[in-house]
Order: sequence, then structure tokens, then C-alpha cells
Amino acid sequence: MSTIVFFIFAILSIAAAWSVVTSKNIVHSALYLALSFSGVAVLYILMNADFLAAVQLLIYTAAVSLMVVFAVMLTLRGDICESNTENRSWLAGALVSGSVFVIIALVILTNPDWRVLAEPWTSGGSAEDLSLLLLSRFMIPFEAAAVLLTVALVGAVILAKGVNESK
Amino acid sequence: MSLANFSVGLSTYLLVGAMLFCIGLYGVFAKRNIIAVLMSIELMLNAVNINFVAFNRFIWNEKIDIHYVLTGHVAALFVIVVAAAEVAVGLALIITIYRNRQSTNVDELTWLKW
Repeated sequence: MSTIVFFIFAILSIAAAWSVVTSKNIVHSALYLALSFSGVAVLYILMNADFLAAVQLLIYTAAVSLMVVFAVMLTLRGDICESNTENRSWLAGALVSGSVFVIIALVILTNPDWRVLAEPWTSGGSAEDLSLLLLSRFMIPFEAAAVLLTVALVGAVILAKGVNESK
Repeated sequence: MSLANFSVGLSTYLLVGAMLFCIGLYGVFAKRNIIAVLMSIELMLNAVNINFVAFNRFIWNEKIDIHYVLTGHVAALFVIVVAAAEVAVGLALIITIYRNRQSTNVDELTWLKW
């Protein structure tokens, strides 16, 4: 059962990611991006990462996709059906990324340590288990992430709004 | 081997992550619109998150250290935080560039060209 669910959503998210990079209309690309993120959230649930699946849906599918759509609306000009075309060196890019995939797949498929199946999972993955770890062992990186988010928020506002130079 | 008794292992998840990563890499190389490049970077970060969670799920040993059981989840959470910060700053930069140059085409952003 979980195998069938895995393949449905893995193929869904990969196909949506493929549509993100091949679609000529950038609004369609942004919506396919949300679909791809949702498929990955289901993969997280299959890997017993409940809290991460919720975070994925809230941050990636909702916030990031929404901000991308807003940026598209603020910067679009010209014909929308030709808003997301390929540049001249797309063939070289396809060759490079294809060979990177072949190399990674060879490494994955020839490593016997990684040919393992799932054992029963008993150690959680909910918000409670994760918060215990975040507030004890990983407290300094957690606070640093909070500072980083604040700085990024202020920086984004200053960049987009511009500094008032009249004073 | 029929599909019903084929169980999904670690390498299958890693292959899905590698495929998403390479699709994002192709998008970074090939797209002309700078917002599409940013979306492809988000795809790549997401693929890395799949790898973190998959390693945490499959290669985990209670005997090593019980307190570090969810380290992969914590790493994935920090990647999500950094990705959110990156997309906020990146989109603000894109809007500023658009205001100055009336363009979001990567090929036209040649200020540093000699």
C-alpha cells in the first residue's frame, strides 16, 4: 500500500518539477512548483516525518509559492506566454545536469550500504520530539536561525522599499 | 517481482532526490527569467531535504546515540529556514533590479561585464 502511494507521489512531484522547468508560462511554473512541494510533503509523511510534512506544506507550498506568484505579478511585462523561455546554452545545461544525475545514480545504486529497507520506526518525528532536540542540543543553531530570519525580513523590506535618502 | 511486494528502500528515495536535484540544476542553467532560476534553486534545496529525511529514516541506529535520533529532521528544518530567508531576500533583489532595469532577463544583467 505504502509502495503504491510512494510511487504515485514521487512520480507526481518529479513530473511537476519537470513542468516547472519546461513550462513557457511562468505563472504555470509557479503553480507546478506548489504541486511538486505538496508531493514531497507526502513523501515526508511516508518517512514518518510528520512535523516536517506540516512545515513543508505551510512554508514551501503556501508561503514560498505565494511570494513567487507575487514577484511574478510585480515584474511581468510583455507576452505572458513567452515569459519563461530557455536561453541559448540550454543544451549544455541539459548535458551537465544529465551527467550529474547519471553519476549520482551510479553512486547510489552501487553502494551496498544504502540498499536497506525500512525497519519499524519507534522514535517519533512529531513537534514534541523535535522541539526537545531543538531546545537542548541544537539551541545555538536554533537561535542563530531566528536571528537569520529577522535579518532576512528586515533586509528584504529595505531592499524592496528602498532607503529614504531625503534626510 | 510485482509492485505490491516490492518495498521502497533508501536508494529509491535517494534516486527521487537526485532526480529533483538535477531537474532544478537544469532549470538554473537553462532558464532566462530570474524568477524561474530562483524557483529551480528552491527545487534543489527541497531535493536535499528529501535526502536528509531519508538518511534519518533508514540509516538510524538506536545503539549509537538515542539523543541524536532526529538529527536529520533538525538539519532539514534548518535548510527550510535558510530557503525561506533566501527566497525573501532574492525576491526583494529581483524587484529592485526590475525597478532599475525594467527587465528580469538574466542575459541582460551584464553590469559586471568589462
